[in-house]
Amino acid sequence: MFRSAAPAPGRSGRLLAAASALTTPLLPEDFLTLFDPLWSTTSLRGRVVARRRETGRAVSVTIEPGRAWAGHRAGQYVGVGIDVDGVRHRRSYSLSSPEGARYLTVTVQEVPGGVVSTKLVRDLPIGTVVDLEQADGGFTLPDPPPAGLLFVTAGSGITPVMSMLRTLDAGAAPMPDTVLVHSARTPEDTIFAAELAGLAARHPGLRVVQRHSGVTGRLDPASLDAAVPDRADRTVYACGPDGLLDALTDAWDDVVVERFTPPARASEGTGGTVEFGTGTVEVQPGQSLLEAGESAGRIMPSGCRMGICFGCVLPLREGRVRDLRTGQAHGEPGDLVQTCVNSACGPASIDLP
Amino acid sequence: MTATLDTSVTGREPGPDETTAVRQPQRPVLELVPSSRREDVQATTRLTAEQIEELGRRLDAIRDRILAERGASDAAYIRDVIRKQRALEIGGRALLFAGVLPPAWIAGTAMLSIAKILENMEIGHNVMHGQWDWMRDPKIHSSSWEWDNVSSSTEWKHSHNYLHHTYTNVVGKDRDVGYGILRLSEEQRWTPYHLGNPLYNFLLSLFFEYGVALHDLEVEKVLAGQKPWSRVWQQVKSIGRKTGRQVFKDYLAFPALAGPFFLPVLAGNLTANVVRNIWSHAVIFCGHFPAGAVQFSEEQLADESRGEWYVRQLLGSANLDGGRFFHLMTGQLSFQIEHHLFPDLPSNRYAEIAPEVRALCEEYGLEYTSGPLWTQYLQVLGTINRLALPNGKR
Repeated sequence: MFRSAAPAPGRSGRLLAAASALTTPLLPEDFLTLFDPLWSTTSLRGRVVARRRETGRAVSVTIEPGRAWAGHRAGQYVGVGIDVDGVRHRRSYSLSSPEGARYLTVTVQEVPGGVVSTKLVRDLPIGTVVDLEQADGGFTLPDPPPAGLLFVTAGSGITPVMSMLRTLDAGAAPMPDTVLVHSARTPEDTIFAAELAGLAARHPGLRVVQRHSGVTGRLDPASLDAAVPDRADRTVYACGPDGLLDALTDAWDDVVVERFTPPARASEGTGGTVEFGTGTVEVQPGQSLLEAGESAGRIMPSGCRMGICFGCVLPLREGRVRDLRTGQAHGEPGDLVQTCVNSACGPASIDLP
Repeated sequence: MTATLDTSVTGREPGPDETTAVRQPQRPVLELVPSSRREDVQATTRLTAEQIEELGRRLDAIRDRILAERGASDAAYIRDVIRKQRALEIGGRALLFAGVLPPAWIAGTAMLSIAKILENMEIGHNVMHGQWDWMRDPKIHSSSWEWDNVSSSTEWKHSHNYLHHTYTNVVGKDRDVGYGILRLSEEQRWTPYHLGNPLYNFLLSLFFEYGVALHDLEVEKVLAGQKPWSRVWQQVKSIGRKTGRQVFKDYLAFPALAGPFFLPVLAGNLTANVVRNIWSHAVIFCGHFPAGAVQFSEEQLADESRGEWYVRQLLGSANLDGGRFFHLMTGQLSFQIEHHLFPDLPSNRYAEIAPEVRALCEEYGLEYTSGPLWTQYLQVLGTINRLALPNGKR
């Protein structure tokens, strides 16, 4: 369950409360959403209004959010819930649209075998209603932005940086001294290739270096230092595969990173029978508590699904759990457990909201 | 224990004080038949333990297939029913505002009655069973659904999903056997109170939602000291809150909104609630208590296997014949047998698997009880009348 949208304020809120005496046990919105699904006051929803193909395996999906959408800061991600084969799936995607845009845009690259990305890229009709969560995430620029910037991105890692560049582009202030080194497999596979070239042509402060790993190999700290000699004077923002981000944080200090994949697993865990609320769920070795609960049809709170946002925490009532990132068994009754990166280690009991 | 063997060899009816001691060693592999009706069903359960487990595996296979198939079309089905139900409710209530005109009153009341029946039967009952939990839609989920009925979803999920579906037709365990006020089984001891059986049933059908809410209280358990009064008080408060909201909505808020047409709206809402009560009472009683459906005693639950559980669900339930609209209006409880075998499969699939279940029953010589609503209901009424009297012989 995503966090609720803000309650309707003021007079309309009081009106809805009074109307709920007429709709009990349902809410007024359960009838109002017959007319427009976006009129929900308890859950934030959006409607797909446009799709644009960016590359052979990436599309930008533009979504009209409901009134409760609070906007986003460039670089943040948004939680999106869509139905695939009748089952609601939730994922987080970095927003590529600039701050202040009326509609929000996520740019999604198809992950082989990925249930949600495949649906989003190949088969999401205009008009589809999706669940949304308010934007979140700390991969954002300070205000005002640093005087010298280096963005290092690979693959779909360009999306949050695209939101930053589009925001800087639309702002009144001149673009700060910025270098973007972006790597994709091939020129055809480069998301936003033309728009990046256009931005660089318009802004003297912006230098864009496009690399193609299929030709020149993957990015690494040494080649980046060679390409950007004044790298040490710049604030570095990096988004891309784990290998690249780990290499950068090992080699350089103070790199701001955004990860798209859960960190590597140190352990598959042992699995176990976990009581979720009123029933029990069999957690397989290597499966997170979140995945196990969801596949058993439970409504689980969720967020980034990679151990960052703490949107999925639930209180442990009994037993212990195993952190898939470290392999450590841990947990005391009452502890808040991140269900997305913890698996079972034997029987345990977890409270559902 | 030689006495036990002796009695069973002589085959005479055991005296009252020896009954339990004698019955134990005589039990066949599967004894699903209460003593008083043993002759009726003995033939149908003459299955070996292997056959019963094989039947269980074949029923499991049907379940697994539906689980693998369910998807977008099932999700579309329940969302469509919910949308239409809400549209009917809006339309019905709107027409009732013009209820001084008799055609508008009749149409509005009919629409609201159908909406309430759909909400309770096809939507509420089935959503609360978790039939749609797999969609992971927080709005259509057993953990969050609240229905248009004075019984609260939490209490209902306990007494219905747990007690009734686990202990189906087990006299003394399944509180749907008589709802704590009727005598529906020869196994229930007769008292002069039961002379009122037909009257109680009539009242129960009129006020069925209140009967359901109160039967969650399990008052007789409290009297027996098995349940604390504090728990009852907690339930009474919960029922009271829910009832208050329901009563306020149907009998005060909507009539008041209609201003001068207060009375037609009040009468329409009252009629719709009573129509829903009578209908759901009839459907539910026909699901378990016409002739053919079997009741069980508590001893038969001991060490029950998966296959035996299936057979008990099969024999304890009865289907109703009818068309698609009829099945929809019963919340697919017209497929009571399939529902009891697979309470958490999406209801729109019961019609599809019913022929397979029926064929399996024929193959294994198990009775598959099915009939039109009115004949089944007459049988239920017959049973209720018969059991108003002490011996209750047929």
